[in-house]
Amino acid sequence: MNEIIAYVFIGTGLVFDFFGCLGLVRFPDIYNRLHSSIKCVTLGTSSILFGLFLYKGFSPAGVKALLCIVFLVLTAPVSAHVLARSAHKSGVKLWEKSVCDKYEEDERVHS
Amino acid sequence: MRHLRWFLGLIGILATLSAIIFLPLPSLLEWQSVFLKRAFFTLMLSGLFCLWRIVMGPTPADRAAALDIFGILILGFSAILGIPTGRDWYIDIGIAWALQSFISILALGKYLEGRRFDE
Amino acid sequence: MVKTRITLFVLAFLLWIFLHWSVDAGHLAGGVLVGIFVSFMTAGLFKKDAGISRKSPSAITSSDFRSSMADYFILSHTVKNMKRYMWFFFYIPVFIWECLKANLEGAWRVAHPSLPIRPGIVKVKTTLKSDTGLTFLANSLTLTPGTMTVDIDRERGFLYVHWVDVKSEDIDKATELLVRRFERILKRIFE
Repeated sequence: MNEIIAYVFIGTGLVFDFFGCLGLVRFPDIYNRLHSSIKCVTLGTSSILFGLFLYKGFSPAGVKALLCIVFLVLTAPVSAHVLARSAHKSGVKLWEKSVCDKYEEDERVHS
Repeated sequence: MRHLRWFLGLIGILATLSAIIFLPLPSLLEWQSVFLKRAFFTLMLSGLFCLWRIVMGPTPADRAAALDIFGILILGFSAILGIPTGRDWYIDIGIAWALQSFISILALGKYLEGRRFDE
Repeated sequence: MVKTRITLFVLAFLLWIFLHWSVDAGHLAGGVLVGIFVSFMTAGLFKKDAGISRKSPSAITSSDFRSSMADYFILSHTVKNMKRYMWFFFYIPVFIWECLKANLEGAWRVAHPSLPIRPGIVKVKTTLKSDTGLTFLANSLTLTPGTMTVDIDRERGFLYVHWVDVKSEDIDKATELLVRRFERILKRIFE
């Protein structure tokens, strides 16, 4: 029974991972790519790790999987934030159909 | 034009997915269950998308983003590998890879931003 | 400084125990050694953030040490902050629910043939002041539907948010739509 629930979690995680990486290919500029992929891949991999925890129970591998979930949820948004900021500062433009860019306006005002 | 491209892409992805699900796949390890083997190959397909973005990305920031996503996928790979082989140290590889990938992405971001490393 | 060191030691020791998941003498001794090493090497990094020690490290007396130990381990600390922990546990399911919604929405956007996006970077206000609170707010915004934090302006209390489906460019309206639901809870946890 535990095995089946673990497989359900792993399958959900695989679907989210797949859609996240598809977003990496489909979207037009770096901000949208990061935006779609970091969310889907974080939850997808967390789900796979939770499936591993359900499969292994409270053994060393299972507890490590739980710690990995905490680590992933804390660090994946930070890396996305760093990449988006550095892309903007290194001069990558937004998609041409974007609505507004308040960040660039403020940068111009302050500098 | 856009819808035609979407349709072609849909056909390609569905063909690949059905090949993964229904065809007999080469067995890399002693798999205990068929589901995990298919899962492993689906994850490899996602990794292929990341590699596509690393190769084709127009700006360096795109490549760095795809590298970050690929690092997280490796964690999923090692988590799945831990189940059929029954070895606990695969998840250790995943933890080490994720930590190191996070640090390297921070360094890459600083480099792209044009700041010095000792700031 | 002492408090920071004790916190770091406890955290490192717990992490060590969780990573090994076995209680025997060798592992415990290794955990104590590694914890002491980590706490002495890295306590200086948290000096500004913790803001606890008002004396220099050499001026710590034994009574000072004892009082900080008592303050740390005694129950009053826990009881005083009990409400915060309760709100934190209330925050986790809210966060998971928003995260699930974000993922379903993201998958829908990716699979849609005509790519229904209207992206832009908007500016929102926040009233949170502490570092931890701002970090949690930015991380929550990144993992929830339609938004990704690009930069934080701490002095003026602004966040620059990449929104994939811009509903309003106005700063007050955007704040109302994006930040309110988390800020209410995070304010109770961290301030």
